[in-house]
Amino acid sequence: MSGPILDIAALTIAAGSDRRLLDGVSLSVAPGEVVGVIGESGAGKSTLGLMALGFVRPGCRVVSGQVRLGGTSLLALEPAALRDVRQRRVAYVAQSAATAFNPAWRIGDQVAEIRRLRGRAESEAAFLRDLFARLDLPDPERFGRSFPHQVSGGQLQRAMLAMALAGEPDLVVLDEPTTALDVTTQLEVLRAIRAAIGDRGLAALYISHDIALVAQMTQRMLVLRHGRMVETGPTAAMIAAPREAYTRELVAARTRVDEASGRAGAAPAILAIEGVTAGYASGTAVVKDASLALPRGKVVAIVGQSGSGKSTLARVVTGLLPPRGGALRLDGAALSPDLAGRSRDQRRRIQLIHQSPDAALNPRQRVGEIIGRPLAFFFDRPRVEIEARTRALLRDTELPEDLVERAPQSLSGGQKQRVCIARALAAEPDVLICDEITSALDPLVEDSIVALLARIRAERGLAMLFITHNLALTRRFADEVVVMHQGRIVERGDSEAIFVRPREAYTRVLIAAVPTTEPGWLDRRLA
Amino acid sequence: MRGRRSLLAPIAATFLAALALASLLAPWIAPHAETAIAGDPWAPWSAKHWLGTDSLGRDMVTRLLYGARNTIAIALAASLLSFAIAVVLAFAAATYRGWIDQLLSRTVDVLMSIPTLIFALVVLSALGSSVPVLIGTIVLLDTTRFYRLARALAVDVMAFEFVETARLRGEGFWWFLRREILPNVSAPLLAEFGLRFSFAALFLSSLSFLGLGVQPPAADLGSMVKENVQAIAFGLAVPLLPAGLLAALAIAVNVLVDWHNRRDAARMAQAR
Repeated sequence: MSGPILDIAALTIAAGSDRRLLDGVSLSVAPGEVVGVIGESGAGKSTLGLMALGFVRPGCRVVSGQVRLGGTSLLALEPAALRDVRQRRVAYVAQSAATAFNPAWRIGDQVAEIRRLRGRAESEAAFLRDLFARLDLPDPERFGRSFPHQVSGGQLQRAMLAMALAGEPDLVVLDEPTTALDVTTQLEVLRAIRAAIGDRGLAALYISHDIALVAQMTQRMLVLRHGRMVETGPTAAMIAAPREAYTRELVAARTRVDEASGRAGAAPAILAIEGVTAGYASGTAVVKDASLALPRGKVVAIVGQSGSGKSTLARVVTGLLPPRGGALRLDGAALSPDLAGRSRDQRRRIQLIHQSPDAALNPRQRVGEIIGRPLAFFFDRPRVEIEARTRALLRDTELPEDLVERAPQSLSGGQKQRVCIARALAAEPDVLICDEITSALDPLVEDSIVALLARIRAERGLAMLFITHNLALTRRFADEVVVMHQGRIVERGDSEAIFVRPREAYTRVLIAAVPTTEPGWLDRRLA
Repeated sequence: MRGRRSLLAPIAATFLAALALASLLAPWIAPHAETAIAGDPWAPWSAKHWLGTDSLGRDMVTRLLYGARNTIAIALAASLLSFAIAVVLAFAAATYRGWIDQLLSRTVDVLMSIPTLIFALVVLSALGSSVPVLIGTIVLLDTTRFYRLARALAVDVMAFEFVETARLRGEGFWWFLRREILPNVSAPLLAEFGLRFSFAALFLSSLSFLGLGVQPPAADLGSMVKENVQAIAFGLAVPLLPAGLLAALAIAVNVLVDWHNRRDAARMAQAR
């Protein structure tokens, strides 16, 4: 076929009366080409991706422009014809496989559904086996008989890819296909995506907020911001020499590896974890014999892939999960294993910040109430004083003071996480536990949150347990790094030293799996 | 669609307000005493008896006013009481889990496994029918339904991290109930309340129809249908009047609750 598979011309999409989600965006994808779309959340990436399927989100409307798939204008099609296009020509892979699969159906049935719809059920078993094998899924003969909860997150993500490929489309839209995964699992999925599109002349639209991934996966890319095109061109050239300021910022945010401030000294430990073993219900232990000391005013990062036990360790420290063995000390004094046994003051001195700010803020309370509550609960102060402190905390976390009257759902992701930080600071803690607090955020927002934490830590002398799977952040921010693997602490040391001279094989794997924008990185990793 | 919806809610609200006011003021506005025989049995509609008379010759307007008054009062008392009990128990189960949850939930399971009408008939025949026993029976039955929903909703909310944050702070049970859980589940609970109130009114009427509910000569929408059911054979609309009023009551309550929940959802969406 000559001409592009997908041709989007000067597309403008509006929500409500005047808010423009996309503003004059043009994009074309040739057969066999992989085009990247990059931008922070709210840039219109997903809206653009769904338009490639001719899908206009409810509440939005097309103001002007054209979407053509293989020469057919999708915007003019009747619903039945559009459904036919979606069955045959274009497929969509979403960010979260866990929600894309029906938990009550076997994976194979869901993957094959599109073929059955088109009456191509013959030789289905062989087709599925080949497909699963191509995506490197274990035991391709029987994989389809599993239910979604029986396979790992990375496998499920690949199964979703299989579902998209089952209809043998001309174009696949990959919408943040690895964002929910940790770095090592991400690599598996990237390998599968390469295998799926590389050798079949399939075209793809690769949507991501991670410029490193776009750099590895695509030939051309488009930078979106606030629904407008910032820059477009060949990927390698744009990474090497970004023309626009915004693109430069994106590239810089990913490659920046600041020198960490202040190295660990011999300060006395504010928090000590001694030989802790913990697990859920009757299952096997998730954390095994973990010991670590958090010096006063220092940042200790706990890194490891998902399932390594790092968040479980945080739950033990907070008292949410009483350990099966071991002991905890706060400032030298023994800390009761369960929350009920801890004094109000001990609970005040350890504060936790969660990964997802959406779930951590009660949608029915205003920002002022959310931040004011710990002030009222821990320090018995008059109302005016609490209100003044609340405003001071908002300023401290670089938020406008008039946020007090707002509901949390009206805030952006970064603002929400700042509110969570302000709430934790309201208790005037000695130890702050940050559980993957930036992994739900865009790289630029992540950058600013880490800068905020660094400033707060310098001002208040807070000690932090910083849990993350992002090693680049660790190097920038932590004094000391503890690497966890399968529930055990496998390596610990000065954060720079671990990066430069990792001793354990597992640490080397983790470090090597962090994507960079360097050309050819993925090819070398997968080779 | 939008236009009809926005008109439906004011109509339902006006109807309910008028009905509530009329029930409240029944002793003062009714043309006759609740049980007074005012004319011939099953007299037609006339200037003297606007909606005719019932099987004993009592004025229908009077009977309907008192009937609505009794039915609404008992159903409302029963559903408010069971709502309050169920919410506290369910939130306690969701907050503390463990044996408290097991004890409450299994007890509710046992109660729910008994068919409601049979349960009520047995209790009422054993204890005799009086207003407190009627309310108690409906409360016991309705609490189990409320509890199931409230517990399921509360368990969902308890999984959120803002609840974990409050737990880490060491907040007490009433804080969880009032500030963390209730505001986040009020919409479905309110919908359930509307539904439960309607069911309580219908259930009470069924019992009255079977002779075990509100006892004569007191008026009640269910017993009024029973007393006048023979009239259907003569082509008279008398039994349809209390039945229609009951249906209108149930529909109006649900329209109003739906309207409230849509408005609430729109408000939450707007804040987003």
